[in-house]
Parts: sequence; structure tokens; C-alpha cells
Amino acid sequence: MSLALDAPAPVGFAERIWRINWGLVLVLTAIAGVGVLALYSAAGGRFEPWASRHAVRYGAAFVLMLTVALIHPKVWLALAWPIYIVSMLLLVAVDVIGKIGMGAQRWLVIGPMQIQPSEIAKVAVILVLARYYHGLSKEQASRFLYTLPALLVILAPVALVMVQPDLGTAMMVLMGGGALLFVAGVRLWMFLVAGVSAVACLPIAWSLMHDYQKKRVLTFLDPDRDPLGAGYHITQSKIAIGSGGLFGKGFLKGTQSSLNFLPEKQTDFIFTTFVEEWGMVGAFGLLVLFALVLIWGFSIAFRCQHHFGRLLALGVTALMFLYVFINAAMVMGLLPVVGVPLPLVSNGGTAMVSVMFACGLLIGVSVYRDAQLPWTR
Amino acid sequence: MKPFRKGDGERSGLFTRRALLLGGVQGVLLGALAGRLYQLQVLETQRFATLAEENRINLRLLPPSRGLIFDRTGQPLAVNRNNFRAMATSDRGRGADVLVERLDQIFSLGEAEKTRLLRELRRSRNAQPVVVRENLGWEEVARIEFNAPDLPGVFIDLGQSRDYPEGELMSHIVGYTGRVSDEDLAGRDDPVLQLATIRFGKKGVERSLEDDLRGRAGAVQVEVNAVGRVVRELDRTEGQPGSNALLTIDLDLQRFAAEKMKEHQSGSVVVLDVITGDVLVMASTPGFDPSTFARGITQAEWRDLLDNPERPLHNKAIAGVYPPGSTYKMVTALAALESKAIDPWTRLPCLGSLELGNIKFHCWLKGGHGSTNVVEAIASSCDCFFYEAARRAGVDRISDMAARLGFGKQSELGLPGESAGNQPTRAWKQEKVGKAWQHGDTFNLGIGQGYMTCTPLQLAIMTARIANGGYEVQPNLLLAKATPREELGPPAPVTKPTAPSLRLNPQHLAMIRDGMNQVVNAGIGTANQLRRDANGKVLDPSLAFAGKTGTAQVKRITERERDMGITQASLPWHLRHHALFVCFGPVDNPRYACAVIVEHGQAGGTTAGPIGRDMLVETMKRDPSRRSDRYRKMASR
Repeated sequence: MSLALDAPAPVGFAERIWRINWGLVLVLTAIAGVGVLALYSAAGGRFEPWASRHAVRYGAAFVLMLTVALIHPKVWLALAWPIYIVSMLLLVAVDVIGKIGMGAQRWLVIGPMQIQPSEIAKVAVILVLARYYHGLSKEQASRFLYTLPALLVILAPVALVMVQPDLGTAMMVLMGGGALLFVAGVRLWMFLVAGVSAVACLPIAWSLMHDYQKKRVLTFLDPDRDPLGAGYHITQSKIAIGSGGLFGKGFLKGTQSSLNFLPEKQTDFIFTTFVEEWGMVGAFGLLVLFALVLIWGFSIAFRCQHHFGRLLALGVTALMFLYVFINAAMVMGLLPVVGVPLPLVSNGGTAMVSVMFACGLLIGVSVYRDAQLPWTR
Repeated sequence: MKPFRKGDGERSGLFTRRALLLGGVQGVLLGALAGRLYQLQVLETQRFATLAEENRINLRLLPPSRGLIFDRTGQPLAVNRNNFRAMATSDRGRGADVLVERLDQIFSLGEAEKTRLLRELRRSRNAQPVVVRENLGWEEVARIEFNAPDLPGVFIDLGQSRDYPEGELMSHIVGYTGRVSDEDLAGRDDPVLQLATIRFGKKGVERSLEDDLRGRAGAVQVEVNAVGRVVRELDRTEGQPGSNALLTIDLDLQRFAAEKMKEHQSGSVVVLDVITGDVLVMASTPGFDPSTFARGITQAEWRDLLDNPERPLHNKAIAGVYPPGSTYKMVTALAALESKAIDPWTRLPCLGSLELGNIKFHCWLKGGHGSTNVVEAIASSCDCFFYEAARRAGVDRISDMAARLGFGKQSELGLPGESAGNQPTRAWKQEKVGKAWQHGDTFNLGIGQGYMTCTPLQLAIMTARIANGGYEVQPNLLLAKATPREELGPPAPVTKPTAPSLRLNPQHLAMIRDGMNQVVNAGIGTANQLRRDANGKVLDPSLAFAGKTGTAQVKRITERERDMGITQASLPWHLRHHALFVCFGPVDNPRYACAVIVEHGQAGGTTAGPIGRDMLVETMKRDPSRRSDRYRKMASR
């Protein structure tokens, strides 16, 4: 009963269950429901092969999320670094022995499971950064010297996923980590310097990119360059979304996706599949659901009484936003095509598990918002 | 341990400010997404809706079924049979390498096939499918269907392929079809030719009637997915099948001719209706098996066919050129008579040879024929008479008469590969040989030797024009054509030639015919033995016929060789003379003409003659006036 000694008033198990943000859980389930609907339609009106597995996966991840939410943050504080290190090792493993899939090494096969370590790395980075800044005072956080380890924590996975190469994950880790650094109090001039140097490094990055990546960037800049080649995906996706109109073509009546004009319609382009059939009304509805998740995230962060929780909640929220924004902007032709799924809607096990894990952490912050955490480094 | 450290308030304050800023940025960006959605789904939705329609609707051509070919009695010569074939489409050639490798595992295609397939997949326009393999068995179809998930864009298609039930017998006339070549496309913009499955006539009637047989393509509007797989049919316009064709050939007679030719290595038989020009028989031996072309001929098979000295690919009836030999004497006689170089009573002497300068021109009969008139000269085939007749008429008049009788130019038959033969003239020799025309050349021309060459068909045309009273009848292979098979029937019988008259003196023609009659039916005739049938029985008068023998020199036997006892029979096969025979019948009311060539058959009367006799007798026996029941039966078929 060491916990009882630290806490001003002990919180019972029933109280903790009560503190779970059931509204948020409902919204997440609604989003996953949209995913089932869209995957059912993407398979031509069949539960196989995606929709049924998506539902089952959500069920399992749902249990995981609640379990994670009920684990005391001090456990996460202690496990942050081990999780980070394991995820880095997995990233190295995927680079070394990973299976070739979609022109990039992203999967790791362990027994019957295919896991995507880059999805785990996104959460691990947030966890470690929250842990790191939890131990720093405001002055320390603003110092350049203390920023260096944080930069290393971010750039190590970025480098590893760039090798795969997975531009989308690299962008997400970079921006998600950046957001965390920003709220943790890193000086603004450092962001300025980073931004300027990033622009300066563009030519070097360009020369390191694979041909298909260069092509994607070029076609993003001008999709009509090659409407039947690399610009094909963007063009077809825009046609699908645009032809959906205000109210959509109706459930199971999307011509673009049911006729396979859409590439990767069950994963990265699931938003397109959904929007073609449900129109702008459906798209706005889905975006509102995601916005609700973000608002909940912010409010949880603001209400948390410990810095670790604040940072963790905000990091998860930032990740969630990045997922949604990058994916949606990509299928609408606002960003180059990079492999970022739409959380809880796209077909894919690892992404679902890591997103639900992150949501578990977020809800955990809410459940243990008044926990007293040791100020350790 | 203190739960809250001093300074957490500061951290929290900064956190809140910056988090709010971040939240603001996120809000703006989400707003941008909403704006983009509005732009795409409200402002530009019309344009995208149109694009989406175009994406999924695809117009596909339906190959028409190719017209069938029958003989004049309605027996099938070329038919279509169901053909299961594996087709492949690829998304603008993407993934073609992998696909071809997988197909190779199933069919063991071989390098050449793989290359062809890869090229066609990459070239295919509008995702039109290309043919992987034809004439699949059930097992192969099953293997494709079983492996379907690994073979995107591959499907089984039920098409039609050409089948030739008579095979070699009709190979030269019917010909065969093959893939459309670039030359075939020249001048034809029929979209159906873009289809991978369509076949184009390459030889024979398949070629000459190509534009009739092909038919018109139908079209089907289908909804397709991105790899071109048809999801559902939206609209369909049926095409028009190709016209069916009734050929003038009588299959039974053709088979009879092939039987007769069997004992000889190589040769040709043509039988014409002298009134209508219908080609009843056009045999050329040996032939080839057209099904080897239908299934795709191999290099080795092709080489074999090309290298064979008997030239099986050649339709010798129209593409084989031979000196006409003595069968040309009717031309010389007519030219001399028409030009009044001789008259019906002119008698010319024959002493066995004729000297021109220091060259000796021999008659085939060593002792000579003595004095003969034109009728006797034809009957006994006296060379000396025709040397002199040719000298008197001159090369110009002979060439002119030969041209009127059909020599030196292609007929209007229309089959590909027909040769014009060579009817020499003064101008021709000056141009091609570079020397002036000599008297000796005229002598040689007079008996159908020297520069003169012709095809068996031309010999039959000449005989027909003499037999029908001087009408410029043209050979004709197509009896009737009609799109629904029910409408296909033979035209009404024709008894008078419709072709223009050659304006020859009927009396002169009658003399030529009399000469030919005497060849067979008079004691002096060179083929007098042919008045009896193969069993030695004299032919029924209603079947009596007239003819003319010919022997075309391949190698000249010199005076010295003759002295050394070298005879035709002792020469190797390819140096022996060609045996020729032309004939018509019935002798008093001619209806059919026949020309026979036995390559290297040595003597016209003994080798070619019996074939001509049997051919003509069989044809006359089957004349509709004798066997009208047969045709009535056919019409109701």
C-alpha cells in the first residue's frame, strides 16, 4: 500500500473506471465503426477479407486500451526507455531482415504476425520525450544542451525509417516530436534554426531519395505530368472524392473504388473509398469525430496535474492529428503520397494496436490525472 | 518525496500557452481539409463525376464470326469451331514481366512466345486483351481458373477458330488465315482488325474474299475495373457475321482429281465450265495441311514446306508456269487463219524437219507427216506445219491472238499469287533479253516452246474460249455469297455465255475444234487411244470429247545425246519433259474444258491424257442436265 502513502486521497478501482472518458471511447468506437463500414464496401459488400478482421481487431485493441488506461503512469515512466529501446531494435531488425513490401522494407514477420515497428516507434518516441521533459525544469528545458538528447531521441528513429524508406513515418515522428519539444518549452529560435537548416538540407535529401519517392514528390507538385503513371493514384483519388459530391454515391455504390481504380483502397486510400460513397456530409462527419478526439486530448492534457501526463496527452493528440491530417491531405492531393494510414479506419493491425495503445495512454492520463509522480531524470 | 516540485506551475503555464497555439494551428489545418473537400465535392464535382463515368465505361469490340465456305453442292470447306483461349490484359503493360513468367510456369511458353507476349502486352491499346494461348483443353482451362488469383488480368475467352475439314485437298483454293500483319492493315481502317483474336485471310479464297468473310464488328459497352476486367455489361450492339461463300468448286470432282493425280508426284488439274467460267476443279499436288497454319506453324515445318522440290505451298494451277508445248498450236492455227496467212484449204509439207539458216527445226515424227491441212496438222500435231504457219502469221499476230485467248496476263479469278505467265513479243524480247526478235523465235513460239510460258489455268481458259464459240469467258470461283446461310444457294443455270465475244470467225473455231476432235477420235490423232475408257471400252457418244496433247521441253536433248541413245525415260525426274493435255466435251455441244499438267510426266498423250479423259467424263456425267436431282437436294439443304 505504498501508493496510499503518496496520495492525498486513495482512489478506488470503481472511481478509476468512472474516470475513464467514456465519451471519448464512444467516439473512438464510432470511428472504428466507420472503418468497418468503409472496409465492407471496399471489399465489394463483403465482410471478408477486411471488415470482419477490422472489427475483431478493434475488439482486442479495445481491451488493450482499457488495460493500458488503468495502469499507473509511474509504470510508463519506468517503461518508457525500455519500450523505446526495443522499438529501435525492431526498427534496426526490419532494416536488416525485413520483408520487401510495397517497395519498402516495413514489415517484420514474427511467427504468424506481421508487425510494423515504425508504428510502435511513433508512440515510443512520444513516451520517452514525455518522460525526459518530465524530469526537467522550465529553465533546463529551454536550454540548448538539454535539447540535444531529445533531438537524438527523435532523429534516431527518423533515420532508421528513412532507410526503409518510409517518408510518412519519418515526417510523423519528426513533427510529433517537434510538437512535444515545442510544448515542453524549447526555445523558439531553435525551431527557426531547425526549419532553416531543413530547407538547406532539401537538396541533399532529394539526392538520397529513391526514384519512386522523387516521382511522388514531382507528381504531387504537378499531378498531370503523368496521369497514367505516378500521378495516377492522386488523380484517381481526386476523381473518386470529387465525384462523390455533397451526399455521395451511396453505400456500396462507389464506382471508383469498387472497380479498383483506387490503389490501396483498403489502407491508405480508405478515406477516399468512404468519402466517395458518403459525400462531403460523410467526410465532415468523420472529421468532426476526429476533431472531438483532439479536443478531448487537449482537455485531458490541460486538466492533468503532472507534467508527464500533460506531455504524454499532448503528444498522443499531436500524433492523432498528424495521422488524420497527413492521410486526408494526401488523398485529396494536398500532400505527396506517403504511407500514412487513417487511424482506426484503415486496414492494418499494427497501426490499430499502436493507435489504441496511445489512446490508452491518453485515457490513462485522465484516469491518473492527480497521480503524484517522482521527479526523476 | 514531494509530489509537486517548485516550478511546475511555470512549466504548466508555458505548456498551456504553447499547447493552445498548437491546437489553433491544428484547427486551421483541419479547416483547410474541409475547404479542400468543399472545393472537390461541391465546386468541381461535375468535372470529376464526368471523369468517373469515363473511367468505368469501356467500349469493346465483339469479333464477328467469320463467313463459312462451302463447295457448290454445299459441303463445308472452311468452318468455325469453338476455341477456348487464354487472354491477358495488363494495366498499361505494368506487371507484364511477372505475369508472363507465371504464364510460362503454366504453359511452358518458351522464349519466343514470351517475347511476343510481352511485346503485345505493352503495345495493347485501351487495355485490349491479347492472346496467350489458343485451343486450350479442359485441363489447361482448369489450371488457369485454379491459379486465377495469381494471374491478374488473365481470363478464358470462348472464341472461334478456323477449321478446314477437307485439309490438304482444298488447301490451295481455300487457303488459311493468320494474325493480322501490318501489310494487311494497309488501306483498311476496320476497327475489328485491332482485335487480337481476329484472323485475316493469308492465302486462297480466305484472302481473296477476306473483306466479305470478315463481317462487321459488334460493340459492347462494359463497366470495367482498373485492370480491364469486365464487371458488367451495359449495352450491346450485335455485329454482322461475315458472308458465307458458295464456291464453284465441286468437292467430289476435286477429290476425284486428287485421286487421279496421286500416282504422279506433282501436277495440276483445272476444270472450267466453258459457259459460265465456273472453276469446278482446281487441283494442285502435293498440297499442305492448312491446320498447321491455324495452330501456328513451326520454323521446321515451314522450312520443310519451302525446301520441298515439289513445292506443296504453290498452287500450281495458277502459280506454276510451263511452256505450253503443242497445246499452243491452236493459238498459232487461229492466228494464221484469222490473219489469212493460211486458209482452211492450205496444205503445208512436212519432211521431218525444217531448216532455217543453219539451224534445223525437227518435227516430233522423224519421217514427217507429208502434206497436211490445218485440221490434220492439229490432229497429228505436225510441228513443221506450225513452224511454217507461225512464220507466215508472224509473232505479232500470234501474240495478239494468244492475249485474246487469255495468255500473258492474270485472269479475273482473284486468288492471290496468280502468275501471268509470259507471252513473248518483239518489244518484250528487246527489253528483257536485249536482242531483236529472230525467225527462230517465231518457229519456237509456233509450237509453244522458247520464251512462251503459261499456267494450267490459262490453258483451261484458252480451251474454254475455243470450246464456247469464242466468248471471253473468265474463270470464277465464287458461285454465291449471302450472310444468313439459308439464303445461300446456287444461281439459276446459265446456258448462254454472257461474256463478250472475241469476234473470231466461227468457221475457223469449228476447224480448230474439229482438229481437237480428231486428236482423240480419228485414227491419225495423237491421243486416239483416249476414245476408249480405262477399261478399253469406247466412250458413249454423249461423253465423247476433244483434246490436244502437249509435251513441254525441260531439257533439250541434243543431236549428239539423241545419237547416244539418251531418251526421256533415262533422264533424272527433274529434267524430264512436262506432260500436258487440254480437252473439252461433250464434243458436239461443249460445256466443260479441262487442262492437265503432270510435271516431268514425259509425254502428254500417255500420262496427262488419261487424267484429262477421266476428269472430263466424270464431270460430264455429273452435269446437272443428267443429275438434276442432286442439285434440288442441295438447295433444300
